[in-house]
Amino acid sequence: MILQQLVNGVALGCTYALIALGYTMVYGIISLINFAHGEIFMAGAFAGLLLVAYGKLNLFLALAGAMLVSVLLGIGVEFVAYRPLRRASRLSALISAIGVSIFLSTLAMLLFGANARGFPEGTFPSRQIDIFGAQISSLQLLIIVTAGVLMLALELVVKKTRIGKAMRAASEDYTAAALMGINVNLVVTFTFALGSALAAAGGVLVGVLFNAVSFNMGLHAGIKAFAAAVLGGIGSIPGAVLGGIVLGVAEISGVALGYSSWRDAIAFAILVLVLLVRPTGLLGKRIDRKV
Amino acid sequence: MLIDPYIQQILISIGIGVILAQGLNIITGLTGQLSLGHAAFMSIGAFSGALLTIRTGLPLPLALLAGGVVPALAALAVGWPILRLSGDYLAICTLGFAEIVKVVFLNLELTNRAFGLTVPQPETTIPLPLLVLLAALGVTLFAQSVRSSRFGRALMAIRDDEIAAAAAGIDVASHKLQAFAVSAFLAGVGGCLYAHVLGYINPSDFGFLKSVDMLAMVVLGGLGSVPGALLGATILGAAPELLRFMATYRMLVYGAMLVALMVFRPNGLLGGINLVEFVMRRSGRPPRRTGGSP
Amino acid sequence: MSLLSLEQVTIRFGGLTAVAGVSLAVAEGEIVALIGPNGAGKSTLFNLVTGIYRPTSGTIRFDGAEIAGSPPHRLARAGIARTFQNIRLFPGQNLLQNTLTGAHTRGSWGLAGAILPFLPAVRREEGLLLEQAMHSLGVVGLATKAFEPAASLSYGEQRRLEIARALALSPRLLLLDEPAAGMNPQEKQSLGETVREIRAQGVTVLLVEHDMRFVMGISDRVVVLDHGVKIADGRPGEVRDNPAVIEAYLGHRGVGHA
Ligand SMILES: Nc1ncnc2c1ncn2[C@@H]1O[C@H](COP(=O)(O)OP(=O)(O)OP(=O)(O)O)[C@@H](O)[C@H]1O
Ligand SMILES: [Mg+2]
Repeated sequence: MILQQLVNGVALGCTYALIALGYTMVYGIISLINFAHGEIFMAGAFAGLLLVAYGKLNLFLALAGAMLVSVLLGIGVEFVAYRPLRRASRLSALISAIGVSIFLSTLAMLLFGANARGFPEGTFPSRQIDIFGAQISSLQLLIIVTAGVLMLALELVVKKTRIGKAMRAASEDYTAAALMGINVNLVVTFTFALGSALAAAGGVLVGVLFNAVSFNMGLHAGIKAFAAAVLGGIGSIPGAVLGGIVLGVAEISGVALGYSSWRDAIAFAILVLVLLVRPTGLLGKRIDRKV
Repeated sequence: MLIDPYIQQILISIGIGVILAQGLNIITGLTGQLSLGHAAFMSIGAFSGALLTIRTGLPLPLALLAGGVVPALAALAVGWPILRLSGDYLAICTLGFAEIVKVVFLNLELTNRAFGLTVPQPETTIPLPLLVLLAALGVTLFAQSVRSSRFGRALMAIRDDEIAAAAAGIDVASHKLQAFAVSAFLAGVGGCLYAHVLGYINPSDFGFLKSVDMLAMVVLGGLGSVPGALLGATILGAAPELLRFMATYRMLVYGAMLVALMVFRPNGLLGGINLVEFVMRRSGRPPRRTGGSP
Repeated sequence: MSLLSLEQVTIRFGGLTAVAGVSLAVAEGEIVALIGPNGAGKSTLFNLVTGIYRPTSGTIRFDGAEIAGSPPHRLARAGIARTFQNIRLFPGQNLLQNTLTGAHTRGSWGLAGAILPFLPAVRREEGLLLEQAMHSLGVVGLATKAFEPAASLSYGEQRRLEIARALALSPRLLLLDEPAAGMNPQEKQSLGETVREIRAQGVTVLLVEHDMRFVMGISDRVVVLDHGVKIADGRPGEVRDNPAVIEAYLGHRGVGHA
């Protein structure tokens, strides 16, 4: 029973983590809360849905296609709405992000209607698997495995590739990285691309899991995932994963204990409490101010 | 009333927007503490004021006062721990607080859970739209007075440099808390007016998007600027009504407008403009004296 | 009795001991210079005296009362004002506003004053603060620029504005962290006169400065820190000829280099 809930929680947490990674990477480099990130996730979900329903692709190809669509969208948004504001106050960039978020979700509503849409039947065979007495659905397994693979891939990209190293340098010290001749614009573009791809994967997985894709799914998931990123320590990649899973497990436990109508409050109550004890999140670096 | 109801509606929407914007401007514009959850204070004010009116039939001014005091107390209670957090951590905490408040109201028997409350039209001697505008004017004058007071200077010092402010003898924690409470008070008054004017409130009316709306007004006009908040609230208060003919495209335009505004005027419409100086220059008086130092 | 006294004050940041067992006394009405090579712990000592850091051990007394660990705003209220090595003005505000903020402790109306700005008592207080602020601007010679934004000032002027803001507090003890840095010789000379004038009005001055000519010309006493340790304390002439001091500086850079 406990194992069962744990798996449920981890599966939900993995989707939060996939979105949270985008928030945390972008924040780590340009200190922007990318509020439109939830809409990138939503766009990924729609792209996946359309590719399966009309493109007749199998789920994994559709997943890849959705990631590509969101990457292009994410890069485009950065170029239009954030890049011109790189030197402006952070609040201006934040408002711009909120504008993008409103724009994209309204656009989705106009294009796809206000009602949630489901994936066609049989997109992914749903069956219950018995593992150590816990009933785990094949969908949950799909989510956990896909998320795990993607996060490993991210780890490799960040640790092993040139651009990944540049990313880490820029997140350590943006100005110094620029002075050292790193093409920071390229790094920022690449960061948005990575984050958007992961969010799109999250979108497709969530869409399949709940069999619902809707224009406003980004707002809610986005806020939660951002909370996960902050909980883990914003700017920290392992932090985002940890934060997502902690929130997912906490929410599911709350629901299992019969507090389902308090579900949204649980995540935030945990966030606020953690921040009060550790003001920079679970794995965040302490900031020392020198005078 | 002589004015047509449509215009009345727009004026009310602007008036309430002005109260909310001036309130948020005090904590975010003057003190530099980003709040992404001001809708929570608005909803606490709306529900406490509405409950008083429904249960006790208290006259509107008293309900408004209570609608401000209750959220101000709430702000003191939550602000005390969270205002120590810096920047974005504070922002996400206020956001989290607002989500929690929403869920609490959705679950509270007292406020009729997710069904919301119907608020009877209050008996007032002055017509309600006029009352709203007078309140907006009063709040704007107050905001201007804050800006030019010793209290307001302390807030701006905290915004610009907390360490220098403390070295000048300003109790940073206490001032942040006071600013937060004042700001919550005004949000509550705005919410309470909203409840009585609309006649119906629901916890979901005060979600994240409401907080964003308020923030957009303040940033649009120019953070920290009192005339800016007035202008921002007027434009965005009227925009949904004026754009109504565009029906579903309204929010699309609104979103695009926010982006365009930030890209082309990142400091807001009136940001960086000193109005007094501007008027003086217009009237031909030299705005600054540029004598050499002795 | 000394106005400020430190006894065996130590502060460590992780493995680094920035100030190590420093004892020091500043008498009322003195001008004391604190010198030492880069990283010697001078600014850290200022931060300890103004409550920004709490010492790891040791006692700090101001006017007889133990102050180590009190928050900065309390110490400002008690009469300790300072400037910062890396200038910390309120850049968007004009000179008068900057200085008015410096006069914060001279007033008492808070939020109530903003709600009732028309009360005679509130207006009287505002008038008083304004007078104080203009007076301080006058002392540093910036009164004519009162309505210009602080960000428009030259570097040297910004340093003077910081002094004006600190003076507006009507301090008993004024701490100046490298006030002459970035100034040309004329500016330095007039700064020296200003500091003497400030002392003449009964303010005790403790200053950090790298320019030896400035230091030697102005101070009653010079204290030398090196690697967080006090290595000399005496009249300017004595300190200049102290072999330990010469050694400390030669180890880093030449004496007199600004
Ligand atoms: N908050 C802090 N955390 C860690 N180390 C610190 C902190 N503040 C100061 N230090 C260290 O303490 C030492 C003394 O620094 P301090 O700024 O006091 O030197 P200083 O004498 O003022 O030098 P300068 O002449 O360059 O201004 C330095 O090594 C500095 O890096
Ligand atoms: Mg120093």
